[in-house]
Amino acid sequence: MSDNLTAPEQKHAEATPAAERRTLLEVKGLTMHFPIYGGFPFKRKVGAVQAVDNVDLTVAEGEALGVVGESGCGKSTTGRLITRLMEPTAGTITYRGQDITHASRRQLSPIRSEIQMIFQDPYSSLNPRQTVGTIIKSPMEVNGIEPAGGRTKRVKELLELVGLNPEHYNRFPHEFSGGQRQRIGVARALALNPKLIVADEPVSALDVSIQAQVVNLLKKVQDELGIAFVFIAHDLAIVRHFSQRVAVMYLGKVVEVGDRDDIYNRPRHPYTHALLSAVPEVEIEDAEPRERIRLYGDVPSPVNPPSGCRFRTRCWKAQDKCATEEPPLVQISGNRDGHLTACHFPEEPTTQARGEDVVLDPALQALEAEHAESAESAVSDKD
Amino acid sequence: MTEDVPRTTGSDAFLSVRDLRVRFSTEDGIVKAVDGLSFDVERGKTLGIVGESGSGKSVTNLTVLGLHNPDTSTIEGSINLDGQELLTASERELQKLRGNKMAMIFQDPLTAMSPYYTVGRQLSEPYMKHRGASKKEAKDRAVQMLEKVGIPQPKLRFDDYPHQFSGGMRQRAMIAMALMCDPELLIADEPTTALDVTVQAQILDLLKDLQQEFGSAIIFITHDLGVIANMADDIMVMYGGRAMERGTVREVLHTPRHPYTWGLLSSMPRLDSDVDIALEPIPGTPPSLLNPPTGCRFSPRCVFKDQVAGDLCTTVTPELGEGRDTACHLTSAQKQSIFIDKIQPRLR
Repeated sequence: MSDNLTAPEQKHAEATPAAERRTLLEVKGLTMHFPIYGGFPFKRKVGAVQAVDNVDLTVAEGEALGVVGESGCGKSTTGRLITRLMEPTAGTITYRGQDITHASRRQLSPIRSEIQMIFQDPYSSLNPRQTVGTIIKSPMEVNGIEPAGGRTKRVKELLELVGLNPEHYNRFPHEFSGGQRQRIGVARALALNPKLIVADEPVSALDVSIQAQVVNLLKKVQDELGIAFVFIAHDLAIVRHFSQRVAVMYLGKVVEVGDRDDIYNRPRHPYTHALLSAVPEVEIEDAEPRERIRLYGDVPSPVNPPSGCRFRTRCWKAQDKCATEEPPLVQISGNRDGHLTACHFPEEPTTQARGEDVVLDPALQALEAEHAESAESAVSDKD
Repeated sequence: MTEDVPRTTGSDAFLSVRDLRVRFSTEDGIVKAVDGLSFDVERGKTLGIVGESGSGKSVTNLTVLGLHNPDTSTIEGSINLDGQELLTASERELQKLRGNKMAMIFQDPLTAMSPYYTVGRQLSEPYMKHRGASKKEAKDRAVQMLEKVGIPQPKLRFDDYPHQFSGGMRQRAMIAMALMCDPELLIADEPTTALDVTVQAQILDLLKDLQQEFGSAIIFITHDLGVIANMADDIMVMYGGRAMERGTVREVLHTPRHPYTWGLLSSMPRLDSDVDIALEPIPGTPPSLLNPPTGCRFSPRCVFKDQVAGDLCTTVTPELGEGRDTACHLTSAQKQSIFIDKIQPRLR
């Protein structure tokens, strides 16, 4: 890798422990409510989609924060708010000590080059009428940056960095495969030496064998250039592979956040347990049996979310308190530093099989009870 | 699969596909979507077909159902369902089978169901047509099936339209629709890919439990090895329109013997894998089916082809035998030693 690609002041970030690293981005009470208009004859606001509600997050320099959750949990909206592609309803976004929550276009322009985004769909995120060179060059043109040796030379270096042939500078996006297009997206994000990249489902549109290519590239970028990442994805195994810290979101709220190890091996929130248990896995032969939790139904509507804890309608531990009192996101007893959970009645910190499976789905319950009965009668018939 | 029962081959399997070739003519040329594919499915068992986009897995199953337009496609080979040849069957005969003896669960229930008719009507119709049941009998059966798949208040939901169901509920309704006539063969094409992970887990378990009750043979198509590991009895790995490896779930996932299967397994992180070990991607990109590589379809991306003598990999197409087998020119000893030395340590 050539020298001018590195961000020197971040080189040491890898070596310092997470706690001592400087905070790069801090989000407090972030809220985004999309208004719903209706009524006749005059349209007025009749409600709001509470996409993101009171979210607190921090990202340290050079750190990868994974954000996981199911569709409608607000993870993509959070990403768009951080990059200020949208203005939040409430809360503050602080980037390197500077409040950018309501900053104007002009105030934002120096920061925009430091926060870049990689999008999910490598087809719609590249202009089909521009050459790859133009696409990667345009962030430099917009920001009036003239790198040593010229923009074209820099574009070629970037293409090489992301594993593409620099000679393909003059080609159009349609000449590339999905994985290669995503590499172009990465090169464009790197063009301005960013300090933070928000990657919104960067590999979920790609085939399994290609996903690993892009994940490895992003990991290389993070390790070698010391760029901080907000890595948004629904695939829990890929997030675990990529992120040092992970936030789990449910219906617009962060329900649990902590180090990778805390979230994946010592989860406390029932939703984190359910999510991990639902991941279909190719088990290795001598793997410990995992707990089996089967929720019932889908995520409720964010227009009218449940009171108190938003997960309580699907939770097997819910009590009256959960409906009246919203659990705060705090370090509950038994958690290590930095591991925060929003739950009144947390689970044991393990993912191993429990005495009895948690099955909330009535159809599954009925079928499984039936099968157990017929298995029992088959045994007694034998006797 | 119980160990002492010999593997069924050819004629006594419930569904038997032999040397299937499907070609489509397009503006750019002839697409060889499926190129010489043979497999069997037994009653009450699940065959998992795994492959990436363009591997021919969906085309194969649409062929079984006879859903390709004969004007634009050329289909050769043989598909035998319970003694009946499907490729030469008339449209009338196929119509008697579809939704009755064989049924399909599609990936996206919103596009697979008609938005103009109520869910109840769409469930009842095949039952009335195939079983000659009255409207009342069909409704009773539909309500019973909706209840079985876990739709709350099935009597009320019977009159709802598909858009009034949530994603997971819609997929449940589609499963109910497929099971209305008690099909002996159920084809599920990526039935959970569009769903969230906690809903996916519900639907997969539901399908497994229902299979135990209905005893259908299932062909389960997916790109997700984790899903296959949980659902199937046997696995067939497809690439570029051909089968690369076949065996029981244990055989294919615990002792894989084909370089493509190795590649898939090592490129995919698991919840318990070592995060410090980089993923091992498969180099290159999937082949174009307009002009597939000569010899082994996987050879341009295979990192082990230099261990095969001469240019065998690029000139001779390896065949997949019956039962447990791989379509690869490496010798069994080579496959074994590569797996033990290079692949297995990565998967620990």
